[in-house]
Amino acid sequence: MKSMKIRRIIVTAVILLAAYLLQTAMFPALEIAGVKPNFMLIVTASFGFMRGSREGMLVGFVSGLMIDIQSGDMIGYYALIYLAAGYLNGIFEQIYFDEDIKLPLFLIAGSDLLYGMTIYFLSFLLRSDFNFLYYMNRIIIPETIYTIVITLIVYPLLLYINQCLEEAEKRSAGRFV
Amino acid sequence: MKKKNQTTRTNRYILIGLAVFCAFMMVLSSFSDRAAGPFRVLANVTVVPLQQGLNHIGGWLGDMKDNFATLQQLQDENQRLQEQVDALTTENNYLLEESHEYERLQELYELDQNYAEYEKTAAHVIGRDSGNWFSTFTIDKGRTDGIRPDMNVLAGSGLVGIVTEVGPTWAKVRSIIDDSTNVSGMVLSTSDTCIISGDLSLMSTGQIAFDQMENNDHVVAVGDQIVTSYISDKYLQGILIGSISEINVDSNNLTRSGYITPAVDFRNIQEVLVITTTKAELTGENETGEE
Repeated sequence: MKSMKIRRIIVTAVILLAAYLLQTAMFPALEIAGVKPNFMLIVTASFGFMRGSREGMLVGFVSGLMIDIQSGDMIGYYALIYLAAGYLNGIFEQIYFDEDIKLPLFLIAGSDLLYGMTIYFLSFLLRSDFNFLYYMNRIIIPETIYTIVITLIVYPLLLYINQCLEEAEKRSAGRFV
Repeated sequence: MKKKNQTTRTNRYILIGLAVFCAFMMVLSSFSDRAAGPFRVLANVTVVPLQQGLNHIGGWLGDMKDNFATLQQLQDENQRLQEQVDALTTENNYLLEESHEYERLQELYELDQNYAEYEKTAAHVIGRDSGNWFSTFTIDKGRTDGIRPDMNVLAGSGLVGIVTEVGPTWAKVRSIIDDSTNVSGMVLSTSDTCIISGDLSLMSTGQIAFDQMENNDHVVAVGDQIVTSYISDKYLQGILIGSISEINVDSNNLTRSGYITPAVDFRNIQEVLVITTTKAELTGENETGEE
């Protein structure tokens, strides 16, 4: 049982690290109209509704912290936003089913919209920059659309990894009972 | 049911605990740079080596692609370049002569500050800002290579930005088109100063705005070059920022404002030069903050 837990932690860490590297090193090359998808949010939200609030929170916290270390102005800012995203998505675990892709798409799109608005509110509105419609059209909506497109590719992969892990966990649990 | 309530409650405690931790770190890091220290070391052993590796692979792939250029093309180019070398050698000799003369004259006039001769070190860009809102990037040199906060960063001949944070083997650079950046600039020909501020809404057009330029008799026209000014306390004097693409007199008739086309292509930065002298060192002020 313990080895399964360790395996899950290692797999999660590898996914997070890969996501972060893709986000910082590869996606800038895939920019369309000056916007890149938010890969870290896809991972955070997916872990939230696939595995529940607790893992969503932890994954969100770690990914936010990684962003803070390298690109934020202060430590903890993105960590807090992603933490909230992971927790909120975790609430939807109860109505989530593996086969259904509509709910994940909807949740990730919603998360990205909220994420964009939060950043606008905290970093721009508080500096009395009221041009919300511009930012909405220029960044928030394009980013959401692009993120959804990437979700269609990435989400099945995350789902597959999760299913493999759950299968292995069930097997090892059965053996020890 | 009871067990479920239990987990929900634990989750809530974890949420509150981590949120408080985040808030605490935010407050701490806005007061002192030292708070981020342990995290920087963490990044140094996890993410940065991988980013550097990816960068090498990218560079290697780029080289491979270049190798496919045909031999004929290379031979033609070689011949052309050889001719150019001959022409340039002659020109170089001539210029060297001029340069010696210039040096002699400069000594004569005791011009001790030659701004073209800042010491620089080259670095690769290994990571970009992960979001779409700001414009910062990470380079592969850090404290161990002598990089310090507030050092100016160039690409080609133009100003790119300023080092804001330094880790052991990496540093974070905030570019001048970033929405939270202001640079004091001046017109090269007239020495009129102005404030150049990055703006997210202009980022897609590839321009940056300037304002608060005095509306005096000096003629400033489209195409004039803007360099960093002598009153800035972070940016060294005389680094090219860009050229004016539009200039208007403000409605108050006292100031002028407009837009600048930067000398650097910000979409495409791969290698940068970091000037290893800071303005504070140059002016003899003590460095504030860490170290």
